[in-house]
Amino acid sequence: MHVLRDRGFVHPVSSEITPRAAYLDRRRWLAWAGSAAATALPGSVAAQGAQSPQARPGKGAALAAARSSVAGALVMDKATPYKDATTYNNFYEFGTDKADPSQHAHTLKTRPWTVAIEGEVKKPGTYDLDTLLKLAPQEERIYRLRCVEGWSMVIPWIGYSLSELIKRVEPTGNAKFVQFVTLADRKQMPGLTSSVLDWPYVEGLRLDEAMHPLTLLSFGMYGEVLPNQNGAPLRLVVPWKYGFKSGKSLVKIRFVDKQPKTSWELAAPSEYGFYSNVNPKVDHPRWSQASERRIGEDGLFAKKRPTLMFNGYEPQVGQLYAGMDLRRQF
Amino acid sequence: MLALAPFCWLLWGAFTNSLGANPAEALIRGAGDWTLRFLCLTLTVTPLRQLTGWTALARLRRMLGLFTFFYAGSHFLAYAWLDMGLDVAAILTDIGKRPFILVGTLALVLMTPLAATSFNRAIRALGAARWQALHRAVYAIALLGLLHFFWMRAGKNDFAEPAVYAGIVALLLGWRVWRSLWPRWQQRRRRAVTS
Repeated sequence: MHVLRDRGFVHPVSSEITPRAAYLDRRRWLAWAGSAAATALPGSVAAQGAQSPQARPGKGAALAAARSSVAGALVMDKATPYKDATTYNNFYEFGTDKADPSQHAHTLKTRPWTVAIEGEVKKPGTYDLDTLLKLAPQEERIYRLRCVEGWSMVIPWIGYSLSELIKRVEPTGNAKFVQFVTLADRKQMPGLTSSVLDWPYVEGLRLDEAMHPLTLLSFGMYGEVLPNQNGAPLRLVVPWKYGFKSGKSLVKIRFVDKQPKTSWELAAPSEYGFYSNVNPKVDHPRWSQASERRIGEDGLFAKKRPTLMFNGYEPQVGQLYAGMDLRRQF
Repeated sequence: MLALAPFCWLLWGAFTNSLGANPAEALIRGAGDWTLRFLCLTLTVTPLRQLTGWTALARLRRMLGLFTFFYAGSHFLAYAWLDMGLDVAAILTDIGKRPFILVGTLALVLMTPLAATSFNRAIRALGAARWQALHRAVYAIALLGLLHFFWMRAGKNDFAEPAVYAGIVALLLGWRVWRSLWPRWQQRRRRAVTS
């Protein structure tokens, strides 16, 4: 039995607790995912012939990962069906409709791929994907994902804490914020012809947010490398913030001394702030953030479920915002 | 019967779970799209009749108008039920809070007396002139419907689709303006020439 080291799971009402059947289902899935990961390792002696009838999605290459031991990294919620997680996406570089990314992202070339590390660091440079993949042990983490639009999913990501990378590049004393720049290539991304946002899409975190162990540099999901529409070959996942904070297909990570502007802040400053923490008490100017629809799980006529403070990660990240007025710093 | 096809298709999709990852959103948006389409069709009847002289078309107008109301009602019901869980207080707060919801609701409210006075006896009871004056509200409804759609898409700065509908409605209403003003201009010019 997995023993929780903290009270990381906030269940405000009993109906929030995942039914036993779903929970067992997840355990079976995890056991299978673990064995699949083990078989994927060359020369592995583990998991001989433990074939599950419910195979890996089989859409991409397997990516081996161990279960994460980071506090709060494995939520008990049932994982969203793979099909929903890969066909209902916001990735405007491939179009603004939710179905666009899965239809158009096949044009994205994920190799060769490099990420430039710039700014206030002692070891700037360009890292290629293979180096990044092996920089730290890959972990599986099951995170809730709350979109600012009022829907949510639960995704089994694979990656490691962004802090692993940050520690290696040694930020200087001037580094207070981290800016993330994502790919903007007209040849590969048909959505760039639209003027919805200024390209490239940029995001940012405070350095302590970026260093938080839950902030994930992700390379895969559902036991495989990331599908293109989900931000291949590597993306950010910040589970306590609205989904748009988690930049996809990263090409540059810049350490800066001043709070950088983010794409949505520039597009609609009254609607999107730098922090964008999931907060049921602070509504979007045009809709309520108090509840959410869990994709693939909540029935058509089910009442929407209440949204949790910091998306349920308050025990882990609440202290980052102690003393801040979250109404003003939204 | 053909006019019910989109409704059946949406219902079928809901039952067979083939509306994608977010069926509630697909249903709400689907019903909204069809409301606008039927509104455009309804507004096409009169210009088409005037252009072709085919008076039989006039009989289609009432049915198309009622289907517009039917889809608008479904759209609202889908929103109230699937999005708001039929929570009246939440719906009222939402209408007060979100201008695009308010505008959409207003369009539906305006449509209701039109649907309620659509049968022959109502026309007779009101008198043709008064009935016609009341039913001119459809122009306001069309503009409110467009505004509703524009505002809804404003979040994504994605105005391609609303622009198409706006173009169609502009054409249909423009035709009416031109038709009513043109003879008057002609008359004025004639008078100017003769005097």
